[in-house]
Amino acid sequence: MKWTRRDVLKGLGGIPILGAVWWAGAANAVSKNRERTAILEQLNIQPSLPSAVKAIEGEPVRVGIIGFGIRGEQLCRALGYATKEWLEEMEQAAKEDPNHSRLKDFLNQDKLNIKLTAVCDVYDVRAERVIDSFSTDDAQVVRFKTYQEMIRSGKVDAVVIATPDHWHAPMAIDALENGIHAYVEKPMTHTVSETYRLREAAEKSKAVLMVGHQHRQTMSFQTAQDIVTKGVLGHVSLVQTNTNRNDDNGAWNYHIEDEATPQTIDWDQFLGSAPKIPFNKNHFFRWRKWWAYGSGLSGDLLTHDYDRLNCVLKMGIPSSVTTSGGIYTHNDGRNVPDVLQVNMEFPEFSTGSSQAKGKEKGMTFVYSATLGNGFNRPTILMGHDGTMELGNRLTIWPDSRSTKYAGLLESGKMNPSIPVYSYDPGASVPDAVSSATSQYFADKGLMWTYINGARVDSTFLHLREWLSCTRNGGKVSCGINEGFDEAISAHMGGLSYKLGRKIEWDAATQRLVPIEGIDFDEVLLSSM
Amino acid sequence: MTETKRKWQLKHSIVLLRVLIGWHFLYEGVIKLYNPDWTSFGYLATAQGPLEPLFLAIAKEPMIGWADTLNWLALMFVGITFLLGIFEKKGALVGILLLALYYLAHPAFPWLQQVNVEGSYWFINKNLIELAACLVIYQFPTGQYFGLTNLFNKDKEQTKTETL
Repeated sequence: MKWTRRDVLKGLGGIPILGAVWWAGAANAVSKNRERTAILEQLNIQPSLPSAVKAIEGEPVRVGIIGFGIRGEQLCRALGYATKEWLEEMEQAAKEDPNHSRLKDFLNQDKLNIKLTAVCDVYDVRAERVIDSFSTDDAQVVRFKTYQEMIRSGKVDAVVIATPDHWHAPMAIDALENGIHAYVEKPMTHTVSETYRLREAAEKSKAVLMVGHQHRQTMSFQTAQDIVTKGVLGHVSLVQTNTNRNDDNGAWNYHIEDEATPQTIDWDQFLGSAPKIPFNKNHFFRWRKWWAYGSGLSGDLLTHDYDRLNCVLKMGIPSSVTTSGGIYTHNDGRNVPDVLQVNMEFPEFSTGSSQAKGKEKGMTFVYSATLGNGFNRPTILMGHDGTMELGNRLTIWPDSRSTKYAGLLESGKMNPSIPVYSYDPGASVPDAVSSATSQYFADKGLMWTYINGARVDSTFLHLREWLSCTRNGGKVSCGINEGFDEAISAHMGGLSYKLGRKIEWDAATQRLVPIEGIDFDEVLLSSM
Repeated sequence: MTETKRKWQLKHSIVLLRVLIGWHFLYEGVIKLYNPDWTSFGYLATAQGPLEPLFLAIAKEPMIGWADTLNWLALMFVGITFLLGIFEKKGALVGILLLALYYLAHPAFPWLQQVNVEGSYWFINKNLIELAACLVIYQFPTGQYFGLTNLFNKDKEQTKTETL
């Protein structure tokens, strides 16, 4: 075989092309990685991992459910108890749409070492639904007509309280005073004075109180704490949170059941401390629309956003709150507002500063809500050095006028329009400089409710933590102190709306600054 | 004479096509190989169309690790065989398989929402066109004109040229 020069050229001609392409690819990838690593090192953010929770050993924890409405049912599912009706409905939904994974997620949920032993609901149909669905041959669920009987029955170690707001504190206090662990839905209390009484009960009791802000279990919020502590955003002067809903369900116009009658509902018990009025199905099923039983946007939904941020920033109770709003989109007889703007002032608060000492201090927390528009406004933390969008996924953009990143911005290594960090619990690694692609996938909501690749319900994690603490001790992530902050801040928002004036907090005395002639509790409970 | 010239031109066009496709595949493979954080998770997890369940299954552990490795290996195999002009038929088959999977994960069907596309497509997209081009490479191997095959199978070259 003889090779001419032409043969060799034609034979080996591909090699230099191969070398060139390989070199270009490798050089590009490596230099991008290096830039990424440099930025990541500078940011030094530690993505958090799911925290280890000690298992509930020994006998199962005996749990009683008080209130089996919409939220009560959800909480029971998070505990591992789904009604027959729900299972059938989800099975049907999964058949119709293979992407419908709620049944699968429920079945994949870890089993907790608990036993649902008791139910208390003033509405017969709901109580019977619990007994019918959750009783087994060897363990019958017992119904109690009142929560006092359930707490003193010796049949429960812990209770889950998912009632209208005006019942939260009385029930939680009674449980704690009797050594029964309590998980109470938000808002923790309905009035200011109750908040102090519940705090006292919780401090005196050996039983564990958990307030139902399940988002404290979200991985991204724990990572967000690290981001803020490390000064990645610089001094945060404004936080913007929002509620945007535009449907009946979102406006608390829940389904009214035909079976509900004065015979099937213990109306007097439902009313409790609320003004005595004749039986009213509308009030029973849609109680969130009246101050007598609910707490409006400030107690119902602001509390979620406030606690999300208090979990990340630990800013505590604001020194003052001003609120405005009205009933602008649902004039249906309700007396709670459906559009609400709450401004909370934290003049002494700081997340650290990259500028001259003393230049930056103070923060405003804005909660803006409407039940008449569903456009998704994200939660945003605005700092001198960066902006963070906080959700299940985190995204951070450098600020174009940042002091901290001035060098990196000038050299083009950072760009104000390109996120420098994006955290996604669903992805295996944090993406330093995220591409349009990963941005898109993340925005689609595909990646962020996963822990180790599995979709996990944060309510389940929250309940599991509480139940584990009842058996093993330890600190719950939303206990009485967090609940106290939440309740007082929410009540300040509600009071400011109702009084049309600024409500102030005296941190030294731990009291609201009194206003002459005004009884704060009376105002909160009044129909306007 | 005209016939020979046409064959000569076709031969060169296919060599060019092969080099361009090889270039594209190799670069895609190398970029992934040198980026330790690269993963096909996003592409697979957003899969649509009739084979969606299959791709979703691949997107899970431990399959995803294998899928990532096999993906860059296959990309580089196609790239190397096409650029060097050796085993290009095998390379073309691997390329066809790979592109078919890419297409099926995100088919350009009008009733599906097109994810991350830079153009407008109706059933046919660039993956499918590149797949067809690989089919041409498979049917007209050109390694004996430009590539290592030229050195190793020198005798065969003459006969093949005549039959083309």
